[in-house]
Amino acid sequence: MSTQSPDASAASARETTEGTVYTVTGGDWDEVAESAARADDERIVVNMGPQHPSTHGVLRLILEIDGETVTEARCGIGYLHTGIEKNLEFRTWTQGTTFVTRMDYLTSFFNETAYCLAVEKLLGIEDQITDRASVIRVLLMELNRLSSHLVCIATGGMELGATTIMIYGFRDREMILDLYELITGLRMNHAYIRPGGLAQDLPSGAVDQIREFVRKMRKNLPEYDKLATGNPIFKARMQDVGHLDLAGCMALGATGPILRSTGLPHDLRKAQPYCGYETYDFEVPTAESADAYGRFLVRLEEMRQSLDIVEQCLDRLKPGPVMVADKKIAWPAQLAHGPDGLGNSLDHIKQIMGTSMEALIHHFKLVTEGFRVPPGQAYAAVESPKGELGVHAVSDGGTRPFRVHFRDPSFTNLQAMAAMCEGGQVADVIVAVASIDPVMGGVDR
Amino acid sequence: MSGENGTGGARGPGEDPERDTANLPGMRGAGGEEIRVQRGMFGANNGGDTSGYGGLVRSVRLPGASARPYGGWFDEVADELEGALEEQGLLPENALDKTVVDRGELTFHVEREHLVRVARTLRDDPALRFELCTGVSGVHYPHDTGRELHAVYHLRSLTHNRLIRLEVSAPDADPHIPSLVPVYPTNDWHERETWDFFGIVFDGHPALTRIMMPDDWQGHPQRKDYPLGGIAVEYKGAQIPAPDQRRSYS
Amino acid sequence: MGLEEKLPSGFLLTTVEQAAGWVRKASVFPATFGLACCAIEMMTTGAGRYDLARFGMEVFRGSPRQADLMIVAGRVSQKMAPVLRQVYDQMPSPKWVISMGVCASSGGMFNNYAIVQGVDHIVPVDIYLPGCPPRPEMLMDAILKLHQKIQHTKLGVNAVEAAREAEEAALKALPIIEMKGLLR
Repeated sequence: MSTQSPDASAASARETTEGTVYTVTGGDWDEVAESAARADDERIVVNMGPQHPSTHGVLRLILEIDGETVTEARCGIGYLHTGIEKNLEFRTWTQGTTFVTRMDYLTSFFNETAYCLAVEKLLGIEDQITDRASVIRVLLMELNRLSSHLVCIATGGMELGATTIMIYGFRDREMILDLYELITGLRMNHAYIRPGGLAQDLPSGAVDQIREFVRKMRKNLPEYDKLATGNPIFKARMQDVGHLDLAGCMALGATGPILRSTGLPHDLRKAQPYCGYETYDFEVPTAESADAYGRFLVRLEEMRQSLDIVEQCLDRLKPGPVMVADKKIAWPAQLAHGPDGLGNSLDHIKQIMGTSMEALIHHFKLVTEGFRVPPGQAYAAVESPKGELGVHAVSDGGTRPFRVHFRDPSFTNLQAMAAMCEGGQVADVIVAVASIDPVMGGVDR
Repeated sequence: MSGENGTGGARGPGEDPERDTANLPGMRGAGGEEIRVQRGMFGANNGGDTSGYGGLVRSVRLPGASARPYGGWFDEVADELEGALEEQGLLPENALDKTVVDRGELTFHVEREHLVRVARTLRDDPALRFELCTGVSGVHYPHDTGRELHAVYHLRSLTHNRLIRLEVSAPDADPHIPSLVPVYPTNDWHERETWDFFGIVFDGHPALTRIMMPDDWQGHPQRKDYPLGGIAVEYKGAQIPAPDQRRSYS
Repeated sequence: MGLEEKLPSGFLLTTVEQAAGWVRKASVFPATFGLACCAIEMMTTGAGRYDLARFGMEVFRGSPRQADLMIVAGRVSQKMAPVLRQVYDQMPSPKWVISMGVCASSGGMFNNYAIVQGVDHIVPVDIYLPGCPPRPEMLMDAILKLHQKIQHTKLGVNAVEAAREAEEAALKALPIIEMKGLLR
């Protein structure tokens, strides 16, 4: 075979009695890199999704790959666009909760609360929301924060190949779903928080069950520490991956655990309290690393804080109404369990059908037509597990929203994907996307 | 949908200018800006009105411009903004259409040609420092003639813990609003979304393409003149019309 | 242990149809087609408490070419519809579809411009599973019902005959609009 190559960096060979001996010399590294870049035959565009097991639902990633390095990354979204914002314009303000709860289906209570806060601001009844309603809202939101973070950690682990974390996360989430089912009747998509308060009060026994859950969860949470936090493989996959510093977060509008993992303790619960969050005692956890591992730690610590808040909620639950007193807004009947499920209480039906024509008319009007909301616009924001969830609601004085826009944190945070992934490895794209924790229902709405 | 004619700025019979209103109780929504006059009640606009509510006229009014003092830190922000704009040689009354304080929220209605300058000032001025933009929300007022399309921005200041709203309007015939992406890169996807849903063209956006709907989609689905869509549901011999074709109260 | 212990001669007679159906139903590989809320319930069904592995169904395949069951879990948007069809076309026959949840089955509450009003506009559906979202128990029930259906699938000339009978029955059936009375 031919032995002499004109290329200086190629191995030269000479024949000896023991066979061919190759002499390998290294070329100049810059030259090697440059020639590799010039060759350009390793660069391919990979389309990942919209149907891919590890892209968190129907997210489409378009990656330009040079070898194992991602040189350019773009997102394709809209594969779950549901037109919920438009649908809201054809339903009453109260019916709206049924739609918004299905936007980001992992953070139902946050969607409902943000929407209801905006409607209440438009109505000008923020001060009339009863204490009990606010406490139960906070209670449910914090339980929801737990379940959302659990899914994030569980699916994130699964995408790394750590199926155990997934089984653990769903195990603990099931306990929370049991509580939801007890309180709202549904495991997901509750429509329980309504403009003016709540659909109904907590059922009997709920407080005890939640306490029992908190006790169990306090026992289970350290398992994630044992399983993941100190795990060298887990750390190797997560550390220094998906880096986005504070300036990047500000420019790209990233909030939530992504922002807090850069060390800035910005949390709307502290900055612009709503639902009485200023009276609760909790910390805003941060990390300094601004990477996927930092976000994981922030989420884990937030779950501990959420448990604290849940306990505080249970301690301050006082009997009282859960709906505003204004009968022009409040649902006309307290709901009750009948033989065919939950419905208007029989006492109420007896009263309106038998004794009061006006009450019957009022009931009919409020149920079919809904209440009118004075014209204007309002913006209400809550700190969802993923960041700032803002609702911009516009009313034209009618019984239906004129326009409701959700500023979903997943949508905004997902923009940071390109900044986190470009220049990294292909395998790290999965980690970075999982650390953003986008839920496509929220992104596409 | 509401059956009424888009008279825009015309006054409806409900508020006869001849009528002496001095001795009547003030009504919420009596002030402000009229965006629409609504007639009838149940949205019957195809065929004769048999409801008896055909003569009902309601003027839809959004909160109008507020006078100083705005209260709280609103005055401080407004002063700083106006001062900073003046320093740049831009008269505040040229840049700011009006300032509205409603429901504890401060809204600057900005003339669209000055939007980028105002946003940059709001972001960079140390006394203002609205470093986080929470995106843009489009609103379509089909009967607010000459300013049908609104883009609403909410700006948050982490430094001063404040939230303000910027509102920009554009006519349907010329739906152009300058892009805020150079100032707030986070608005990239938000502006694409608003273009997709409302057809507002954000001039200067790096790649204004559809984001939610398929690339070949016709129309901008969240505008008021776009039907909700969907199909009528057939159930045991009864037709249930799509929600936007049902009788409605507003 | 079971049947095999009680066979006197070690022989069992059955039809090819029965044997094929039995084998097919016992090794259904679902493709992950999680779209929305239902996808979370589908994952829950695969996780610890509900444990789909009891029915030999836990092996969710990432690639449609290795799967023969598509569980359409969630609302299908107009933008997703071509993708869904492509994934379905990539699955090898025989293949089955479960339309999980009311949005996939009929569009559900999202009767609007963005959502396909029922995934049966795009792919043939074997089992419609109602609920918003269906509980994991309901998904398991749907899967077991599908197993029954697969078990009794006809082959060859029987399949042709069954298809002809089904078509005749469909031609004779009253359209929904002419059905009278409640629940009949």
